[in-house]
Amino acid sequence: MHYTLTHLRALEAEAIHIFREVAAEFEKPVLLFSGGKDSIVMLQVARKAFHPAKIPFPLMHIDTGHNFEEVIEYRDRRVEQLGCRLVVASVQESIDKGRVVEDPRPGASRNQLQTTTLLDAIEENGFDAVFGGARRDEEKARAKERVYSFRDDFGQWDPKNQRPELWSLYNGRHRPGEHIRVFPLSNWTELDIWQYIAEENIPLPPIYFAHRRPVYLSRGMLMAVHKVAPAPENTEVFEALVRYRTVGDASCTAAIESTADTVEKVIAEVAATRITERGATRADDRVSEAAMEDRKKLGYF
Amino acid sequence: MELLRFATAGSVDDGKSTLIGRLLYDSKQIFEDQWDAVERVSRDRGEGYTNLALLTDGLRAEREQGITIDVAYRYFATPKRKFIIADTPGHVQYTRNMVTGASMADLALILVDARMGIQEQSRRHAILTTLLRVPHIVLCVNKMDLVDYSEDVFESIKEEFAEFAAKLETGDLSFVPISALNGDNVVTRSVNMPWYEGASLLHLLEDVYIASDRNLIDARFPVQYVIRPMSDDYHDYRGYAGTVAGGVFKKGDPVVVLPSGFTSHITSIDTADGPVDEAFPPMSVTIRLDDDIDVSRGSMICRPRNQPQVGQDIDAMICWMSELRSLKAGDRFTIKHTTQVARTVVKDLTYRLDVNTLHRHEGVPELKLNEMGRVTLRTTVPLFFDEYRRNRLTGSFILIDEATNTTVGAGMILGAP
Ligand SMILES: Nc1nc2c(ncn2[C@@H]2O[C@H](COP(=O)(O)OP(=O)(O)OP(=O)(O)O)[C@@H](O)[C@H]2O)c(=O)[nH]1
Ligand SMILES: [Mg+2]
Repeated sequence: MHYTLTHLRALEAEAIHIFREVAAEFEKPVLLFSGGKDSIVMLQVARKAFHPAKIPFPLMHIDTGHNFEEVIEYRDRRVEQLGCRLVVASVQESIDKGRVVEDPRPGASRNQLQTTTLLDAIEENGFDAVFGGARRDEEKARAKERVYSFRDDFGQWDPKNQRPELWSLYNGRHRPGEHIRVFPLSNWTELDIWQYIAEENIPLPPIYFAHRRPVYLSRGMLMAVHKVAPAPENTEVFEALVRYRTVGDASCTAAIESTADTVEKVIAEVAATRITERGATRADDRVSEAAMEDRKKLGYF
Repeated sequence: MELLRFATAGSVDDGKSTLIGRLLYDSKQIFEDQWDAVERVSRDRGEGYTNLALLTDGLRAEREQGITIDVAYRYFATPKRKFIIADTPGHVQYTRNMVTGASMADLALILVDARMGIQEQSRRHAILTTLLRVPHIVLCVNKMDLVDYSEDVFESIKEEFAEFAAKLETGDLSFVPISALNGDNVVTRSVNMPWYEGASLLHLLEDVYIASDRNLIDARFPVQYVIRPMSDDYHDYRGYAGTVAGGVFKKGDPVVVLPSGFTSHITSIDTADGPVDEAFPPMSVTIRLDDDIDVSRGSMICRPRNQPQVGQDIDAMICWMSELRSLKAGDRFTIKHTTQVARTVVKDLTYRLDVNTLHRHEGVPELKLNEMGRVTLRTTVPLFFDEYRRNRLTGSFILIDEATNTTVGAGMILGAP
């Protein structure tokens, strides 16, 4: 007998361990569920961690109002199947309440505004552990973050002063008002996510697979024509065969040209790709060298 | 595919991040947009070549200062293996971050600058990797390009390190002369060092045998969480969820549960994908027993004939990680060990270990930031532990400062006093 696990099963076991640890030690955890592939995989592992019981904490969606309809449909269906409670925290409400001010330009992203909505929702609900689907391979600041990422009472991350994190002994101690962001998929790569989706046969929103839709070019990226991201005047709109590598705000997430219409083809495509997923599709990361670090310090996902 | 976790170690500027950048670049794991960004930054700064360390030094402060501050985790795969890399800082101030990166590693790459030879920090990291029981160590003599690829330089550093390592209990030790900057002996064998007959670093990483590093003898299952669905379908279901920390558990096995000492049998080992016949490290499973006995988080399931030590007094090596307070006899902390949390008091600070000479300084008043020493602790409840050398999971603990909630110490159990 060999007694070894494949790398996917080792990653799954690590994530299950983290879920159980948090469920045992925190008062009020919540899992951020956007309907994107990472949060879908995270939810799948959470379900496995507590099987045959239900997931012992609610899910939360930070709703920018700039969603892809297919993703919201998927979200609601999945939540119902699992019998979970879903908290929706709305960026529109934050705007209406005057907590944040929206950029009035057409096609402006609400990505930055989400941080306030997220932190307000954490505080209002008294959540003390917040599961996020971020992976370290996504971005260079994320590559530096602990699995248990401590946030002070302003929700801020201090990258120069992180708690040591040894073995699988996670320190979740915090004072009231502080919380811990927990990243069970820290060590997964984009390819791992897709291979797991294939092995587990997990359904995904259809926009992850090649489909035809009207798009336009914006700063070299293919943007879908959407009610929150209309094509600017004098910009050519054309139909293309595309899919999404990440799913975020419709105003700042670009599609990629692709013919991959099955999980297997997507895996082949991901394995051969020469551009990172955020680099290919996220206008929000292109702002500066340290855009992600700066946003994370302020409490972003 | 098998997973190998490795960490870098060594003194500041010895080329750890450059090596990781080189390894990723030469094995074609760097994406074009990442490479473009790094080239752009290097060019903007007027550097003469593309600074490979920027591929892992991702924080603003790191890029400004040209040093690594905290661990970066990077991932790559070859057809043979999947790797998780922890690129750790060499600066002494950030030693705790190096310890973070090395604690779970199967292998450590200790770098030494060929011009400087073994430094105090190289020794400290070698001691730490040994204390942490990283089973494989590869000493990379780096910057060989700056010493004319001299075999003599390599041999003398190798000899000096081997002599030092002989006083430690290092596991498997190998040596590779490299130039991280130019890629010599990193992915492919170097033409500049025909005298070196060993494998390239990447080959070494692909081939090192790790399957026997785990403890498959002493069955240990710290209970993390009790699963009670309370649903119609699973009315009386009561399962003990956790991660196997050692040994192999099989359906039907007789077991004993600590602390109660009651015995039972395993009726089922459950996963969400159905029951399994056996569970071994690092599987996360749910165990059911055929008697209704008292089991809760912090309990330990093991074999009646092979039990961990049980006790409130432990001897341990401590690596101290706080700049805000030191460790002294009489100090109190929260201790986290497997799935147990308790309080503890330091009964005795036996000695501090000198990282240069390995001398044991007895009678020292305290352990300060980045110092290592031996202590005796007394805990408020009994712990179920093994010597760290036998089991990294049941032999390790962390100390938490009760005022600030930060992790201040890492402990490796030597045994009962
Ligand atoms: N000539 C030469 N220079 C090298 C080599 N490897 C690294 N360097 C240079 O050494 C300097 C330090 O390299 P880093 O990779 O940042 O060192 P490090 O070990 O990661 O440093 P810390 O993480 O801060 O401890 C940089 O200027 C590198 O370009 C090498 O093989 N040859
Ligand atoms: Mg470095």
